[in-house]
Amino acid sequence: MTAAPQSHAHDSDSSFRPPLTARLHDWVTTVDHKRIGLMYVIMSLLFLVVGGIEAMLIRFQLWTANNTLVSADTFNQLFTMHGTTMIFFVVMPMIAGFANYLVPLMIGCRDVAFPRLNALGFWLSLFGGCILYLSYFTGKGLYGGGAAPDVGWFAYAPLTSPAYARGGSVDYWILGTMVSGIGGITFAVNLIATIVTMRAPGMRLGQVPLFVWMMLIDAWLILFAFPPLTAAQVMLLMDRHLGAHFFDTQAGGSAVLWQHLFWFFGHPEVYIMALPAFGIISEVVPVFSRKVIFGYTSMAMATAAIGFISMGVWAHHMFTVGMSDALDAIFSAASFLIAVPTGIKIFNWTATLYGGRLRLKTPMLFALGFLTMFLIGGLTGIMLAAVPVDWQVSDSYFLVAHFHYVLFGGSLFALMAGFYYWFPKATGRMLGEELGRLHFWLLFVGFNVLFGPMHVSGVLGMPRRVYTYQPGQGWEVWNQLSTIGGVIMGIGFLCFFGNVMHSLFRGKSAGSDPWDAWTLEWATTSPPAVYNFEVVPEVRSRRPLWDLKHPEDPDWKHE
Amino acid sequence: MLLVPGLVLCATSESTWGQIPEMFDPAGPNAESVRSVFWLVLAVCTVIFIVVGGTILAFVIRFRERTIDAETEPPQFYGSQPIELAWTLAPALTVLMLALVVIRSVIELRTAPPMQHDQRVRVVGHQWWWEFEYPDYGFSTANELVIPVSEGDQRRSIHLQLESADVIHSFWVPRLAGKTDLIPAKTNEMWLAADQEGTYFGRCAEYCGTQHAKMLIRVDVVSEAAFVQWVEQQKKPAAWNQAVQTGHDRFMELACANCHTIRGTDARGRFGPDLTHLMSRHALASGIMENTQANLTRWIKNPNLDKAGCRMPNMRLSDEDVQAIVDYLLTLR
Repeated sequence: MTAAPQSHAHDSDSSFRPPLTARLHDWVTTVDHKRIGLMYVIMSLLFLVVGGIEAMLIRFQLWTANNTLVSADTFNQLFTMHGTTMIFFVVMPMIAGFANYLVPLMIGCRDVAFPRLNALGFWLSLFGGCILYLSYFTGKGLYGGGAAPDVGWFAYAPLTSPAYARGGSVDYWILGTMVSGIGGITFAVNLIATIVTMRAPGMRLGQVPLFVWMMLIDAWLILFAFPPLTAAQVMLLMDRHLGAHFFDTQAGGSAVLWQHLFWFFGHPEVYIMALPAFGIISEVVPVFSRKVIFGYTSMAMATAAIGFISMGVWAHHMFTVGMSDALDAIFSAASFLIAVPTGIKIFNWTATLYGGRLRLKTPMLFALGFLTMFLIGGLTGIMLAAVPVDWQVSDSYFLVAHFHYVLFGGSLFALMAGFYYWFPKATGRMLGEELGRLHFWLLFVGFNVLFGPMHVSGVLGMPRRVYTYQPGQGWEVWNQLSTIGGVIMGIGFLCFFGNVMHSLFRGKSAGSDPWDAWTLEWATTSPPAVYNFEVVPEVRSRRPLWDLKHPEDPDWKHE
Repeated sequence: MLLVPGLVLCATSESTWGQIPEMFDPAGPNAESVRSVFWLVLAVCTVIFIVVGGTILAFVIRFRERTIDAETEPPQFYGSQPIELAWTLAPALTVLMLALVVIRSVIELRTAPPMQHDQRVRVVGHQWWWEFEYPDYGFSTANELVIPVSEGDQRRSIHLQLESADVIHSFWVPRLAGKTDLIPAKTNEMWLAADQEGTYFGRCAEYCGTQHAKMLIRVDVVSEAAFVQWVEQQKKPAAWNQAVQTGHDRFMELACANCHTIRGTDARGRFGPDLTHLMSRHALASGIMENTQANLTRWIKNPNLDKAGCRMPNMRLSDEDVQAIVDYLLTLR
């Protein structure tokens, strides 16, 4: 099994090219962390297109009051599938892809700790997505047949009980996310083992790049958050098919129990999607500011703090279910508390900019976009943590705006920064700078035109997940702005995909270190050979390549 | 850069779009107290946004690479403990302050005002309509809540007892109060009061299935006298008119009576809305269309036309039957 990719690795050196079937076979059977990483990213981009189309249909349906572009059922399926897809099959695989590809390179080892488990994890994720989308052909929704799940991405009980969700669409949702969740758990185990045991000689845990630090915490969060979700989903399956009554309110079950179990996964999940973004930003901002990260230790400590606190804030999704005052107060205070380590991060990145020489290349543009958009998402998060405000704006479009500023303006902008930053490493070619800038500006403008007005439609009283609304409430203009923003972003993504296609074949050759960067992945060729490093450089500090390039003033003198 | 708080502010000034967002235009003490908390956190967050966002912008402009720069790397700063401690403590104190304000406000809002003039209403959420039962007077109505205004020292607070018949719903009338969920097998409580007479609109705020979007609430806040009059009218059994005997009979024979109650007749169904005083309501099908003869006819012929998937089936009635039933319903004032 391991022989196949190795034979393939040399084909860039020779004119011999094995037939297509052999090359595909190589990819399908590979256990190489880099190829698995790339497959994760490709999978993520495919689902990004699907999820994006779903989002655009949602936006066009909401263009005017009482629009009839899609039916109520279709709309309910669209937002359920959009949410599930974007979280489980776009952001998660993209993160797994980046981590798989980069972590072994960054810590100077040849592969992850369990390469075959790694491959299993990828295929579980991919087939989980396939199961979810099979529902469109064979599932059955709340109303009508042959349909995708339509219970919302957090699938509140008892709407998922057989009484209200006849047919199998909810089962597809359960199985799809459960299978990919198990993939996520294998990924986390693997990553932790790799980071803890396989670092290059001389590299202490306090010297790994911040991306690796944040992925370590991230993997622990996955390990704590996903099993409760899987357990809850098994309980739901038992309710639906074996006559159990965990969430069956008509037989003494509890609807609120599902919310607790789901959000015990669901809130750490937000940070599972955000921490890798923080990691990417912590790599991109220093390199393009030409400065070392400000406060490495406090960054790592803040990450650990976020990890701990994020496990204890889940019920802030439930301020409206009528919990006791004490619970409301505790979860509100804990949610406020998470602003402190997050604030430290934002301040440290900003301080890294200070006194630097900012190279405003595409990765840096996306990183700066992340900083500002995530700032807004974080601040509206503070507003939502204020319980009485939450009573007004939760489940309104204000909330939709908030979490898109966190997950799109935050996570996805950072992932795009990472994409432009590491694409040369993975392919040996640069992404086009002009199309890249165009992509950034279209995305940045489109994003704000799309999600900015949602704050307003939210305070105007528009609830989320409505397939239509009554005229005369002043909601039309804000929805139309949002839709226009969506179109602008769509054009931005067309630029992106065009850029990727063009650069894959015609892009400028990158060389091994195009950005003049400092972490180990830039010490090897682009793309790296199967064995990653011929000789692992000596690691004495957090920036081994800085030490090589500046022997007169190496980092280890300052750490 | 689009200033989101700016957008919110601009939306709140009446002149811009001719409309104040509902939650910034409270009509009762509950929503008013939420608004003051909202203003506070909005102000704090706006200040933070301007300071931090402005700093980032200033740094980007000031420190961007220029062609005249030398090729050497800039000086490296590895960190500074006092600075990092400062920007740990400053946010910590800010959020501590916010948390204390929030906790006080939660306790204040949850504690209902004195009960001497209270009005009790039991709210039951159904897929996809609202049942409002007035237990003190022994009648129930649907989708349109009528409550007395709270004037001067005549404080009328309304205590809502929230329950659900099927899945989770959420009661939200932004100008009166924040939302509270209606959860099956759990009873939630909330209170509200209205300072001004008028009509306030709300909607279900928790996704509850196919027609979640068409589960609207209308609250009519009326004077004390008008309220008493309304209660007296609602307490009466249904009016009887010999001229619509046929419609009455068809209603009882054709399964309508299985789901709907008309007090004073044999119709005692509880699955659908009480129709005893149907024509005293303004809208049909949970607020989606005006309660007129034409709409009533269209609705009874095929409810799925306007609310696909709703629980009221298309009974495939003949035109004559529909006509007779509508004529009967029109007498239920």
